[in-house]
Amino acid sequence: MEAEKIAWLEDKARQIRAHIIKMTAAAGSGHPGGSLSAADIVTALYFHLLRIDPQNPAWPDRDRFILSKGHAAPLLYAALAERGFFPVEELLTLRKLGSRLQGHPDMKSLPGVEVSTGSLGQGLSAGNGMALAAKLDGRDYRVFVLLGDGEIQEGMVWEAAMAAAHYRLDNVTAFLDYNGLQIDGPITEVMSPEPVADKWRAFGWDVQEIDGHDIGQIIKAVEVARQVKGKPQMIVAKTCKGKGVSFMENQVDWHGTAPKPEQAEKALAELRCER
Amino acid sequence: MQKIATREAYGDALVELGRENPDVVVLDADLSKSTKTINFRKHFPERFFNLGIAEQNMLGTAAGLAAAGKIPFCSTFAVFAPGRSFDQLRNSIAYPKLNVKIGASHAGITVGEDGATHQSVEDIALVRAVPNLTVFVPADAVETKKAVMAAAEIKGPVYIRLGRAAVPVLHGEDFVFEPGKAVVMREGGDAAIIATGVMVAEALAAAEELSREGISVRVLNIHTIKPLDTEAIISAAKETGAIVTAEEHSVIGGLGSAVAETVCEHCPVPVYRVGIPDVFGESGKPGELMEKYGLKARHLAAAVRKAIRR
Ligand SMILES: Cc1ncc(C[n+]2csc(CCOP(=O)(O)OP(=O)(O)O)c2C)c(N)n1
Ligand SMILES: [Mg+2]
Repeated sequence: MEAEKIAWLEDKARQIRAHIIKMTAAAGSGHPGGSLSAADIVTALYFHLLRIDPQNPAWPDRDRFILSKGHAAPLLYAALAERGFFPVEELLTLRKLGSRLQGHPDMKSLPGVEVSTGSLGQGLSAGNGMALAAKLDGRDYRVFVLLGDGEIQEGMVWEAAMAAAHYRLDNVTAFLDYNGLQIDGPITEVMSPEPVADKWRAFGWDVQEIDGHDIGQIIKAVEVARQVKGKPQMIVAKTCKGKGVSFMENQVDWHGTAPKPEQAEKALAELRCER
Repeated sequence: MQKIATREAYGDALVELGRENPDVVVLDADLSKSTKTINFRKHFPERFFNLGIAEQNMLGTAAGLAAAGKIPFCSTFAVFAPGRSFDQLRNSIAYPKLNVKIGASHAGITVGEDGATHQSVEDIALVRAVPNLTVFVPADAVETKKAVMAAAEIKGPVYIRLGRAAVPVLHGEDFVFEPGKAVVMREGGDAAIIATGVMVAEALAAAEELSREGISVRVLNIHTIKPLDTEAIISAAKETGAIVTAEEHSVIGGLGSAVAETVCEHCPVPVYRVGIPDVFGESGKPGELMEKYGLKARHLAAAVRKAIRR
């Protein structure tokens, strides 16, 4: 992958991060931490990896992306708007009465949202269902699922992990946003899911471990995953919660708190973005 | 008027309970800052268990703790308990009548901006249908604290519905909370508003508004949905002849249904149910949503006028 394209994607991720700040600040609530941590993964997907057509969001052969950690809705919305699924101006309606940009993604209100999420732990099962349908219909689309590292404490995630391996769903690629934090503290203190990579391997998945802020590594990992036959693939992406905004990085309290106007200004300055 | 969220009162009450009773243990599922069980954790870290984002496991673990003699209070948002963990509540806790208490916070649409996935509009309907379960829906901070204390005294499973938003304090500290006993908040003979939870304050405001029109409205506060104070409801039906129910919950299966069932069997009079129509919630400010879904005092007053005209 040429350096120029990677630099372009990195710049796109920066713009998406700026949207996340502006949106949550305008809403006065929302989840910046986990949106920022996965911004590079979601940017790489929407601007390079996914086979999608914003003009035709219901295209049967499109790749599916499922934001299982639905609280990162600002990230998904920013990517969809930047990619042309709906007007960028609409981003500032986040969480307001009557907006299509609900606090958690609603597939019936907004084009591009594949599954309604917000209750954690349910996205991978839906992804498996779509992957099974692809096999039944002889379609070659892939299903991508983004999971949180606190989210995988839900038993249902492991029921789905078992099922994906059982049905040899090699058209399922999952990312783990491995930022080490949930709401009540570090994942290892609240309820350790470790050893994470070994668990997915033991469940029959192909596992790669990468730096989730390195766009080159993200793209490479998906290219490798695409070649895997007979197994679902997990990409454990080490990330930093709040990435890109110094005072939010690795701070548990920025999980579900919106920046105040002066904090947003500071964050946008760091992201080299005008208010 | 002073405003305090019932979840705040819940957090404080747990600490007091923890001091009084060493068998009280508290469980949470990665929401201790929101449910306010964090207060208990600060005082009694060895009796606090965070199960992570695993509500089913939390309720199942509580069943085991109770079977071994502890008094577990479990907390998460109401959408996740009873929502996510309904079968564990039913089969592991209620059926064997284990001594587990569930403090379910962020109930109803006053959750606000998080939207439909986080707004339980059907939890009362779910828990009300489960045998052996006591169901409390406190109206204010004082009632919440006393409900928590009462729950600890009850031998068996108890569900306590709590809210996110600050609500007016309606009772003095001398208020006596009797499980299963409705509270007459205001006397009146022309109609009765039978309310629960945050809607009690709206009902009082509606009664005040109607009194200026010469309509005298009784306000009955049902803090215990189960066992239901059918006597107080039947008296209200007999003595006023017109009933409006008020709840921050779906009109299906909650207080309105319970009242209609009772009134139909014993003393049929018009009953109008004010609550969330048969729809999911959405993002918005709590006040905007209460307005949109018709849960304000003026909506109750309109329902009373309609009930009286019939
Ligand atoms: C079933 C369920 N339980 C609880 C919650 C409340 N909740 C929202 S986000 C969150 C923490 C998520 O942590 P993690 O998966 O690590 O997300 P990230 O760090 O990527 O933001 C919790 C407990 C929920 N949305 N769904
Ligand atoms: Mg995390």
